[in-house]
Amino acid sequence: MNFDYSEEQQLLADSLRRYLSAQYSFEQRKTLINGDPGVWAKFAEMGLLALPISPDYGGFGGGAVDLMAIMEAFGEALVVEPYLPTVMASRLIARGASDARKSELLPAVAEGRLRLAFAHTEEGARYDLAAVKCKATRSGDHWLLDGRKKAVPGAPLAGKLVVSARSEDGIGLFLAEKNDIPSSRGVDGMLQGDIAFSRARAGRLDGGLPLIEEAIDFGTALICAEGVGAMKSACDATLEYLKTRKQFGVPIGTFQALQHRIVDMFISTEQARSMACLACSKVDQSATPEERKRAVSAAKIRIADAARHVSQEAVQLHGGMGMSEEMKVSHTFRRLTVIAAQFGDADHHLARFASL
Amino acid sequence: MRIASSEKAFEAGNWFRLLRSMDLNYSPEELAFRDEARAWLAANLPRELKEKVERNAHLSKEDLLRWHRILAKKGWVAPAWPKEWGGTGWNVVQRYIFEEELGYAGSPPIIPFGVTMCAAVLLQFGSDAQKKRFLPRIYNGDDFWCQGYSEPGSGSDLASLKTKAVKNGNFYVVNGQKIWTTLAHYADWIFCLVRTDATGKRQDGISFILIDMKTPGITVRPLILMDGAHEVNEVFFDDVKVPAENLVHEEGKGWTVAKYLLGHERMNTGRIGASKRELEKLKEFSKDISEVRFRDRLARLEVELMALEITNLRFLDRMRRTGQPPGADVSMLKITGTEIQQGLTELFVDALDPAANDELAVALRKKYLSMRKTTIYAGSNEIQRNIISKMTLGL
Repeated sequence: MNFDYSEEQQLLADSLRRYLSAQYSFEQRKTLINGDPGVWAKFAEMGLLALPISPDYGGFGGGAVDLMAIMEAFGEALVVEPYLPTVMASRLIARGASDARKSELLPAVAEGRLRLAFAHTEEGARYDLAAVKCKATRSGDHWLLDGRKKAVPGAPLAGKLVVSARSEDGIGLFLAEKNDIPSSRGVDGMLQGDIAFSRARAGRLDGGLPLIEEAIDFGTALICAEGVGAMKSACDATLEYLKTRKQFGVPIGTFQALQHRIVDMFISTEQARSMACLACSKVDQSATPEERKRAVSAAKIRIADAARHVSQEAVQLHGGMGMSEEMKVSHTFRRLTVIAAQFGDADHHLARFASL
Repeated sequence: MRIASSEKAFEAGNWFRLLRSMDLNYSPEELAFRDEARAWLAANLPRELKEKVERNAHLSKEDLLRWHRILAKKGWVAPAWPKEWGGTGWNVVQRYIFEEELGYAGSPPIIPFGVTMCAAVLLQFGSDAQKKRFLPRIYNGDDFWCQGYSEPGSGSDLASLKTKAVKNGNFYVVNGQKIWTTLAHYADWIFCLVRTDATGKRQDGISFILIDMKTPGITVRPLILMDGAHEVNEVFFDDVKVPAENLVHEEGKGWTVAKYLLGHERMNTGRIGASKRELEKLKEFSKDISEVRFRDRLARLEVELMALEITNLRFLDRMRRTGQPPGADVSMLKITGTEIQQGLTELFVDALDPAANDELAVALRKKYLSMRKTTIYAGSNEIQRNIISKMTLGL
């Protein structure tokens, strides 16, 4: 048993935090909100992009546990770069593409030359991973995709897409180019895209629904870690506010009604952190898919509950300032609202947890 | 605990020569230790005791002492003590594993007032003579101890306590009243916080003293709680003569002792092993209830317990790495652990057929009543929040 980050993990996290606090402050973030090539290049230079890629393709072969500290730091700073979509899509490529394709794409990801997105969710699917209507038909040595994908995270910034689609033999994974797509933002300001495919040329990857489930579980464990970072930031900001904001002639942090509530926010965050550790550890190492699913669902239940609890209390304890667009805490609130639901909300994971 | 279980070396990279994975699993040595403890408990925990614990039946003084003495004979009754006094030399993780196995096996509790609390104070503050006199008797279960802290007017505000001890030659004369004294009706001895000085700062007038329950002038009166059980008492002191040699640490330093003990005791209030056992029983007991609302509440409670177990391990891991006692934030284990214990009894009651009135149903309802005490005792959960707020968050 060991709960400490290794020296290397700690060094990386420290160096990332130093960079983010110097170059990605809340003020600076306003100018970086569309995704920034300079930031991405810096991530490449720091090794963040190579970390999850196999050493065979120029990476370091890190797992979810190695990415935890990065995701936590991203959560604290509300980083909008499409890191998680790229990591998830490259994981699908690593498991399903030919050696030639991997040699072409994965080093490009590791070096920061290629960003990716995983186009899976469709309108009305909610959290049902098998609800794929997008069609794939064979055409000679390639495939043609038809259908729509909805609110794909990071799609506007991606160079290529991994797409789920249904062919004669069930749900499969495909690799497609990204064409011009209308770009929108989630409530958290993150870029996303709706994609319409019409006889779009694509290559086939190995793997179907089980691989999609595995990749989504991997992503879920990582946003659990990101959520913990965002919650920590919300707690810290609220604590600072309680110490400085004065009413009735005293700091509002002297009021017990508020003290107990912020203590509960910290406890929620620590319980969530414990579950994020569990989820990351189990997506890296589980004896069976059931063991992995159980841990990930348990973690997502706790993170979703904690995200709601901590974000709502953070805004409430900030009073009117918590509602303000100018305050970081209102943006953390928005990110935590998305994280609570991303890859399945608490209700969805309660059902999955209970069924295992 | 295993460190760097999955070390992977890489030739390239700036600082990535070696990546270690956080490892949530016990090492093979720790697993072997757990199996040894588990096997011994399975072979040596008397079936009648286990059965009583499992149906939440009343445990008599004889039941408690019987189990205490079995553990003492094996050398496992006080793992945390220094080896010279009978401790096992286990590290914090092994001690945690053992406690968890005790809970999981369905063993009666080791009553903490002697082994955990009074002993911790004596080991830290007691004179050599006090250690020699009391520790072996605590170890062997010869003396049954209770704790005299709370008074009718002093609950959460413990420093306001009024029970007076006036020095008279080689004796202190004690007058006053303690309340909520757990198992005082079994006890041979009580350790008490008493007021030796009513002037000056009130914390500075408190002393820590050991009193023989057979001393003339002591009266124990039962307080029956809402589950109908006799567990706590009022203890009255009427001109009780206590030898001055029974004072622990210096006169007026009782508050220091009390604070030390408070920090010492909070680490063990999560009761995770026992809650895991109760959860398994609850899942079995409620397996025919398909009501989604019930299943959701059960799942959330299970998740909270999973999280608490890891949070607890994170505290242990920090203690093991730094060699330091836990910080004030350890209070979160008490808050969360007791809320889970209560949540379990609540779901048991909800899972019962409302018309059931057999022995088990009665016991489960009584346990629900009884467990309301957990968020009140040992520093109410509101006091624990005050502690975190002040000590950890600096408010």
